[in-house]
This record gives sequence, C-alpha cells and structure tokens, in this order.
Amino acid sequence: MTGGARITATGWGWRHAGRKRSAVADITLDVEAGERILLLGASGSGKSTLLAGLAGLLGGEEDGEQTGALAIDGLDARAARGRVGLVLQDPDAAPVFSRVGDDVAFGCENLEVPREEIWRRVRRSLDAVGLAVPLDRSTSELSGGEKQRLALAGVLAMEPDVVLLDEPTANLDPAGVADVRRAIEDAVVPTGATLVVVEHRTEVWLDLITRVIVLDAGGGLLADGSPEHVFAIAGDALAAAGVWVPGVPMALPLAGPPRVGAPTTALAAIDLSIGRPGAGVIRRGVDLRVPEATSTVVVGPNGAGKSTLALTLAGLLPERSGLVTVSEQLRARRGRRPSQWSSRELLTRIGTVFQDPEHQFLASTVRDELAIGPRALKLGESEATARVDELLDILGLTDLARANPFTLSGGQKRRLSVGTVLASRPAVIILDEPTFGQDRVSWTRLVGLLQDLVGEGSTVVSVTHDAGVVLHLGQQVVTVDAPVVPDGDRVAA
Amino acid sequence: MTAPQLATSATLRDGAFLDRVNPVSKIIAMVILSVPLIATIDWVSAAVAVTIELVLLPLCGLALGPLLRRAAPLALFAPIAGISMLLYAEPEGRVYAQFLLATVSDGSIALAVAVTLRVFALGLPTILLFSRVDATELADALAQVARLPARFVLGVVAGVRLLGLFVDDWRSMGLARRARGVADVGVIRRFFSMAFLLLVFAVRRGSKLATAMEARGFGARPTRTWARSSSVSMWDGVFLVGCAGVMVTALGAAIAAGTFRFVGS
Repeated sequence: MTGGARITATGWGWRHAGRKRSAVADITLDVEAGERILLLGASGSGKSTLLAGLAGLLGGEEDGEQTGALAIDGLDARAARGRVGLVLQDPDAAPVFSRVGDDVAFGCENLEVPREEIWRRVRRSLDAVGLAVPLDRSTSELSGGEKQRLALAGVLAMEPDVVLLDEPTANLDPAGVADVRRAIEDAVVPTGATLVVVEHRTEVWLDLITRVIVLDAGGGLLADGSPEHVFAIAGDALAAAGVWVPGVPMALPLAGPPRVGAPTTALAAIDLSIGRPGAGVIRRGVDLRVPEATSTVVVGPNGAGKSTLALTLAGLLPERSGLVTVSEQLRARRGRRPSQWSSRELLTRIGTVFQDPEHQFLASTVRDELAIGPRALKLGESEATARVDELLDILGLTDLARANPFTLSGGQKRRLSVGTVLASRPAVIILDEPTFGQDRVSWTRLVGLLQDLVGEGSTVVSVTHDAGVVLHLGQQVVTVDAPVVPDGDRVAA
Repeated sequence: MTAPQLATSATLRDGAFLDRVNPVSKIIAMVILSVPLIATIDWVSAAVAVTIELVLLPLCGLALGPLLRRAAPLALFAPIAGISMLLYAEPEGRVYAQFLLATVSDGSIALAVAVTLRVFALGLPTILLFSRVDATELADALAQVARLPARFVLGVVAGVRLLGLFVDDWRSMGLARRARGVADVGVIRRFFSMAFLLLVFAVRRGSKLATAMEARGFGARPTRTWARSSSVSMWDGVFLVGCAGVMVTALGAAIAAGTFRFVGS
C-alpha cells in the first residue's frame, strides 16, 4: 500500500457555471498524509463541492470557475484523478456493471492495472470490506449496506492515497451503518490513506477521526482542529447550522405515551399480505392497529417491506390478501377499504409523503404545488389561497413561493412534500423515511411540525430508521422483522 | 481457477458451441444472415433458412421453451405483415377478390407467404444468436475486438443498468398521483406529464452515473485495461463460414426452384 497523500488548499473556491454565488469560497487547508478528517458544515456550505473538487471531478471552463488552488501531494487535483477515490451518497447510483466482481474491477481497469493484478485486488478489497458474495452476484440484489460496501471495495481496489466518503451511511438502517463503519475502520485505516468523511451524523465517526473541519456557509472555515476542541468552541454554532453535534440535546419534547383513554382505531391491517405490483408477496399475516390522534412509528431493517407496508396502508397498493380498513368516520362512498377509494376520496382521508419527494411533485412553482390538493377538492379560490399562504408560512417557504420545486434544497423539498399533503388536511398522514438526509435544523422543524399535527388531532404513521424519530414521535412503535431470505447462499457479514 | 474464467462462468453454463463464438462475430453473422433476405423476396429461400436455423438450434444452447417465448412477438407481427401484403400488394395474375383498394391476386398471395416467412427468417437469427449474450460480454467484445471507443461502450452498458430504476420511478410517480388526488381523470394528460418527468429523472440519473464513473478514474488515463478478455478464435471462422453456407443454400434452393426474385423486380 502506498500510504496517504497530503491535501493542500490555498484560497480555493468554486462557482458552478450559471450561478451568481460561489458554492465554496476561500478555503485554505493543509491536511497531512494519513489524517482522518470529518468535514462538517450546514446544508449548502459546499461540502459536496469540496469533495468533488478533491476527487478532480470539477472540470474545465464550461463547468464553472475556480479560484485559488487545490492540490493532492502538490499535484493539481484534476491531474491527480485516480489517486483519489470517492464513494458517493447514493449507493443505487454507484454500480456501473451488473455483477459484483466486474464492478469492483472497473476502477482498476481505468487505471491500467494488468488483468491478473485486477482480480487479486478485487478479491482482496471485497474481503477487506467483508462482502462475502460470489463475484457473479448481481449488484441489484444487494442490500443498501452491501451496496455501499461494494462501492467502498471498488474504490479500495484502486489503492487510492485519499478516500473521500460523501454521507456513506445516510441511506442505511442501523445494521448497515455499523457494517459500513466497520468496513472503513478495517479496510481504509490500515492502508494509511488520507480519509475525508462528510456526514451529518457525527457520532458514528467520532472515535475514528483525528480532526474536524467545519465549512462556513459564508466562505472559509468556521472551525478546524481536534474533535474535542471543535465541538467545545463551536458546538452550539454547529448545532444551529444543522450539524448533529454529539451531546447537544434536541429542543423538542419526547414522544411520551399515547393519549389517556383508549382512542379509537383510525386505520387497521388484518391478516394482511403485501407486495409490489408484478412482484411476489413479501410479508404475510401483518396485524396492525393505528390509534387515532396518535403518532405511530414503524421500524425494521432494510428490505423488510416497510415502504410496501406504508403504501398498502395508504391505499396506494392493493392488499394481496387480508384487509386494510378504516374507522367508520372515515368511510367513503366505496366503503372502508382505502385501496377501493377514488383518488379524490383518498385525499381528505389518508395523505402519503413518499420517500423521494421528487416523485410527488407536479407543478412548476412551490405555490402551485401546494394548491393542487385544495383545487382537486374544488375548494373556492380564496379558501385555497388562504390554506397555501398559511402552509408557506409554517413550512418556512414563503420566500420560495415562486421557485420551481425541483430547484429546492433537500430539506426544503422534504418540507414541501409534507406541505402538499397537509394542504388537503387528511385525517391520517403516512410518511416514508420523512427525515432521510435532513440536517439538524431541518430535522427539528419537520419533527416539530409532525408533533404539532398529532397534538391537533391528526393520526400520523412514520416509517423510519431514525432513532430520533422513534424517540420524539414513537407514541406507538411497531417493529417489522426482516423476512426470511429464500435463497440460502446469501451471506451476512 | 484463474480470474477471467471465474468472471465468465455465469454465461458459460452448458458450453454450447455458440458460447465459444465472440459477440462481434455474432453481429457479423446477423448481417450475413439478413442482408440477402432483405434484398430478395420469395418463399423458398426464407423457408430453407428458417428450417436450417431450427435444425441448428442445439448448437445455440437455447431450449425450445425460451425460444418459443421469445419468438412470440414474431408470431404476432408476421401475419400482420402478411395480411397487408395479401390485400395491398400490386395485383398480378389471377384476381380472386377485390374491395375498395384491396385486391387479392396470385401475385399478392405469393408475396404474403414470402413476407410472412421472411419476418421469421429475419427475426429468428437475432433470438438464436443473442439470447445468451449479456451486456458485459458484449461490451468487452465491442471494445476489445471491434475496437469501439471505451467511453461509448461502457456508457451504453451502464445506461442499460439504469432502465430498471426507471421502471421504479414510473410506478412511484403513478402512486404519487393517486395519493395527490389527481388520478381520477385525465389519463392521457397524466401520461404525458409523467413521461416528461421521467425524462428529467433519466437525465439526472445519467449525469449521476457519469459522476460515479469519473469518481473511479474513468477517462483519467488515455487507455485502460480490461478485466475480462474477449478474443476471436478459429471457432469464429467456422461459425461465419457456416452462416454463409446457410445463406448460399437458401438462395441456391430459391434459384433451383425458380422462385428467386430481388425486391422490386
């Protein structure tokens, strides 16, 4: 192994073509070979841009404009491409080939590694990350944690001097997070490579890193030093900027027990079997009771069918067998089974917030997006406008009312997708991974909003991996186990 | 076991003759097996070609069941092509029936039979030759044997992998529209708005993939190595001579039977 490389930035900045503001500005850094850095900063402070710059992915004139210099061992970062390996946030986007072995080999091929050496490296890096699957296993059959370890193996096989990780655990369940963290500890640290991790969830990495660097959204660095030092001097500022600082408590009440008195059941599943259209049944015999005006949280590992369960409860996927039924109060013209209702009947009864907010956007401005529900309900124009204005205010999106929903930040998109559901005031709200990818500020705002809704009498069901959601919204917690995997050769690490 | 063998073991399960042939040779074979049949039109040559190809089925490593399943679209399309010939081809010889522009004659019947058989004769080689070729194997061959640019070949292979994700996108968008109360009316308009949005997703996923490839050093060096080898051997020569033989036999039979005819003559 080659050991690490030194990273130097002198007054470095980058402005994407067509933008007025720089994404990153005025970064001056000196990172010794083999240091392990946690890179922090508020949403929009340019962490991903800095990583892309380090990986040499920010190209020529037409991509944007660079100021200052960014170097790997004294060599311009763009010329050092291949010595730096980057693992991207979305593991679904990473595999290039359909088989595990071929995919890990891809990076080596690009670096002109001889064939025999490629396959030695492929096996060595798969071993190192603890991914014990056959080389011809299809990449699409891997779980989220396995995909992320595959991506890591692909980067390790390149034997890079610098390893960059962009939110490597953001999409994973707690077991996946632990596997990836262990893989990095076992596989990256021994090589002596310089490591840079971007992650909102600092506690996962705390004992692995040697230094914390915090980007200032206004340009430059907010703090730089040992973890203890940085969190001591900048902890509160970091928390206010959206970073999950260890030991800073959330300013939100805990979920507490459900309301006193036995509340009526808003929504129930009876001996339910679920499955996606065109695919097999993935769970049978689900019995579930969702009490009215209560917050229910559904947890369980990746692949357990939580999302499918949510979509079935929401009346969007038909029951494969068994029954989903609602309280007498929520009965529609076509009865008490949500899957039988018309789209418009669904609107005031059960609202669904999808895992990917972009899937549910329909309009070209934030304002129109929020108005779609009220218009579908044929509310008067003044009533619709009043609801939209109120929501814009609650969601903190008033200034963005005329922006295109697709141009919002991740946190804003998530809040808007929740807002589109609130606009039609459904009795039951079902959310799939509502806090996914949110920074601390956005998280607090969203969870606070859901707590308020429950307080006002809404019934809320959240599917989540997030322990914080369980803590603050789990008045009732339902655990869904992993289904038994049918093929016996699947190896758990 | 050496690594390259390990990597190709997924495709070389039963070791049919055709599996020893490079995908690039199969592409050349496609040209050999189709151009003569596109340029000529008679029933004998197509019938002979189809018959020989079916006799050679065991060499292709494809079982009868999958073959029939894959050939089903041909069975649907061939009669449509045949019937349109039957009704609308230039009248020739004895006329049997006439209705508006449609005329059934000796000439149109012969043409209908020839075209129906030709659809099979043109479709069958594709099914036989490419059913067991996977995208990675094809990419290796195109880059190493046909020497196409790596950027083009790998871009296409990686893009194909994204198709599955688009199916998921489409389903989620459909469900989201139901959830948002707009799925009761306007099916056609909804289809177009979803199609447009899918295009947006496609562009984004494409650029994400390009970033992922570059992040792993793609294009960082002027050349690259290949983890799996792809080469041609004497089997490729035997195979191509055999394909030419099939065509010579088919056209020879047509000439001998006196039915040989170029398109348009």
